[in-house]
Amino acid sequence: MTDIALGRALRLKTSLLDQSSRTRKRNFAEKRFELYGMAAVAFGLLALVVLLTTILGNGLSSFRQTFVTLQIELPQAKLDKSGTGDLEAIKKVSTFGYAPLIDTALEQTMAQLGITIDGLSAKQAAGIISKEAPAKLRDAVIANPALIGTVHEFRLLANGRIDGYYKGAVTMVSATRDANVSPELLILADALKAAGLLATSLNPGFITDSDASDQRPEAAGLGVAILGSLYMMMIVLVLALPIGVAASIYLEEFAPKNRWTDVIEVNISNLAAVPSIVFGILGLAIFINFAGLPQSAPIVGGLVLTLMTLPTIIIATRASLKSVPPSIRDAALGVGASKMQAVFHHVLPLAAPGILTGTIIGLAQALGETAPLLLIGMVAFVKEFPGAPPEGFFDPASALPVQIFNWTQRADPAFVERASGAIIVLLVFLIAMNTVAVLLRRRFERRW
Amino acid sequence: MPLLWLFAILLALTLAGYGAGRRRAVASAGGDIRRLHSRPIYYGLNVALAALVPALLVLFVWLLIQPVVVESRVSGLIPEIAISDSTTRSLVMSDVRRLADGLDAVVEQGEIGSDAVQGLQVGDEIRALLGRAGVALASDVQPAVLAAAQRYRMISARGDLARSIAVLLLAVAGLVFALSRISRDFRARNRVERAVLALLIGAASIAILTTGGIVLSMLFETVNFFGQYPARDFFFGTTWSPNFRGNSQLGILPLLWGTLYISFIALLLAVPVGLFSAIYLSEYAGPRVRTLIKPLIEVLAGIPTIVYGLFALVTVGPLLRDYFAQPLGLGSSGSSVMTAGLVMGIMLIPFVSSLSDDVINAVPQTMRDGSYALGATKSETIQQVIVPAALPGIVGAILLAASRAIGETMIVVLGAGAAAKLDLNPFEAMTTITVKIVSQLTGDTDFASPETMVAFALGLTLFVITLALNVVALIIVRKYREQYE
Repeated sequence: MTDIALGRALRLKTSLLDQSSRTRKRNFAEKRFELYGMAAVAFGLLALVVLLTTILGNGLSSFRQTFVTLQIELPQAKLDKSGTGDLEAIKKVSTFGYAPLIDTALEQTMAQLGITIDGLSAKQAAGIISKEAPAKLRDAVIANPALIGTVHEFRLLANGRIDGYYKGAVTMVSATRDANVSPELLILADALKAAGLLATSLNPGFITDSDASDQRPEAAGLGVAILGSLYMMMIVLVLALPIGVAASIYLEEFAPKNRWTDVIEVNISNLAAVPSIVFGILGLAIFINFAGLPQSAPIVGGLVLTLMTLPTIIIATRASLKSVPPSIRDAALGVGASKMQAVFHHVLPLAAPGILTGTIIGLAQALGETAPLLLIGMVAFVKEFPGAPPEGFFDPASALPVQIFNWTQRADPAFVERASGAIIVLLVFLIAMNTVAVLLRRRFERRW
Repeated sequence: MPLLWLFAILLALTLAGYGAGRRRAVASAGGDIRRLHSRPIYYGLNVALAALVPALLVLFVWLLIQPVVVESRVSGLIPEIAISDSTTRSLVMSDVRRLADGLDAVVEQGEIGSDAVQGLQVGDEIRALLGRAGVALASDVQPAVLAAAQRYRMISARGDLARSIAVLLLAVAGLVFALSRISRDFRARNRVERAVLALLIGAASIAILTTGGIVLSMLFETVNFFGQYPARDFFFGTTWSPNFRGNSQLGILPLLWGTLYISFIALLLAVPVGLFSAIYLSEYAGPRVRTLIKPLIEVLAGIPTIVYGLFALVTVGPLLRDYFAQPLGLGSSGSSVMTAGLVMGIMLIPFVSSLSDDVINAVPQTMRDGSYALGATKSETIQQVIVPAALPGIVGAILLAASRAIGETMIVVLGAGAAAKLDLNPFEAMTTITVKIVSQLTGDTDFASPETMVAFALGLTLFVITLALNVVALIIVRKYREQYE
């Protein structure tokens, strides 16, 4: 027997049927490596799930609100002293004129139901109603002056702490340490609830009302913010889409390969990666300080977001133009179209679905952008709704993401619930826009 | 004339020009459009463009320049005596502007005739008058300010009138000129196409204008800032304590440290997780898992940063404080470097993973096959062949992610805190460049003080850092792509 054969026999001591320790180690390493990958994916998914569930868990309750139903007498002697029903005269009565009406109505109701709570005066009992309620009552009367002189049923917002009590944020124990609420007040609330006069129900005001002050989280709504975001999106769409498409057409179809074109291309890819806050500085310096446009106005926000969205739209549009096969252009040129006609009559319509998808995704990005808007004054407290466009573009307004930021900065913890609720509204808009984009792509996508 | 009317008239002129141009072209061919050089629509478009584009351009430039001119004219009118020690000329000018706007509002509401406003004297209860129109003034009106405001209104009104006349004349002139040139042989299509091409080039140049605007606006204010505050103290100072009464210390180092520390922790989380999920999705997962999981992970990239910020503030911050920082005795603050870093890391996962996914997929299949043929297992192939081959691209992806992390604002505003510190403890609240830009530029700001203008210097620093990272990353990625094409 030769040495070689001997060596082979020695090495083949292990059988093919059971693994050598080295193979086992390699196989184990293989499994371990795959496991690392799975763990990474799982971590990413887990982060997504935790993020969404905490937001939903914190925010869903903000769509429901506790209301107190009261029969309120609206005496003519107090609300319309002239007795003429003149709207101007009725408007002269301020909210301070309405607050006592609510207090008396509450007192009477408590007397009727026989609710007496030790250590709770009538004045303290009025704390169960939101401080915003007189203003709402006044709005209702001004909207319908015929109510004056009648007794009418109103659904009034309960104080934010009472609302928190039914949502689990406030307890009897925490109420003893709270300046804004007392355990007696909670007992009163329970008594009213037993009588069917206090209930938690859907609150459309969260979507439609404007922001409320620091002390009245229960009355704060998203109306102004949604309108402001809508105005900004209109401006972005009207400016960014035509400019972006025009720029892409030039770069993709007409630009000669020279240094100038190179500079523009590098510029666009860099602009896409510039931190958003830098665009805010640009907006502040150019649009507000130099051009003198008003602060907090949707027009400035819209312009800043337009500049931010342009690179996204340009990149998407160019990809979409690139995917139209050259044969289309050649065919058009072949039957005598000019280059411009070939592009505008044939290439552009075929690229339109891709352009639209890119635009919607760009808009969705712009809708969620916060940082640049902080710098151009959108954080200001805005209670008034902006007017109708185009004048409304220059009125102060808020924006959805900025309103969320604003609420996180408030002292009252009830605003965290509001902020999470506002995020849900924002996410619903984003999901809707992205779904439309995906559907558009599915419906019109063409493979060449 | 209000701007809206001007636009409406311009639009009407444009439409009329289109119709007239078309009709005239057809008429010049005797009704037989085959004898025209171009299709009739181009003759119409040519007239419309001639009427609209120059007029709009002039209007736009005029709108930009008029306020500056009016400002400088009126500003010269205010005597030095009217500017007391506690204010500056620009503050007085803003009073003038506010008063002029208030007077405009009064006239608009019909409280007083427009001639009467110009004759108002200081004794005429101007504050009460403006108050009724809903314009609140802080103090009584000084005679010099009133005179300046009246002058301001007069010059502005004249400017507005001149603007309307100039724009409309230009539109009519363009329209008439273009109409007069129409004949059967006029090369209308070539003209229109040249004009459209010019518009396209203009649109493409807006990207350059934006970059120029960013750099110039920040550079201008930064130079002003360094005029008031030494550049050396800014770049090498280790204390950040702005004080609006003066004597601020504005050293960037603590902010830079916070920014880099938070970005480092974010990348420490995002790079391994992102890279491993990219490897898993491109090398191990089947097509069905891939089409399901990949979009889900990319959802993380579509979530607005304010959502991450709230997540850090409400969930992650208290969690880390209660279960790590306090038991370990490392701190008692909910907002910390760790909070912001971890949440930012989650945000960056899809960014790293989709970029690395692209580069891993770009590695040629032949390299994998070669490795398998030599007996390597899948993980050995990935570790010893694919990742080294894709390394430049992965490095590029990480650099891009780093630039994102450094420029991120909302997560750090809500999660990192506001105290500028040079500290190693990750459970301590620290702050970043972006946080300080926000805090120095929001609220009532005085654009002459170094405490405000430092924000522009911070912004420029941030811009330069992220730009450098992006450029390096793009160069690396581009080089790498060429290697396998």
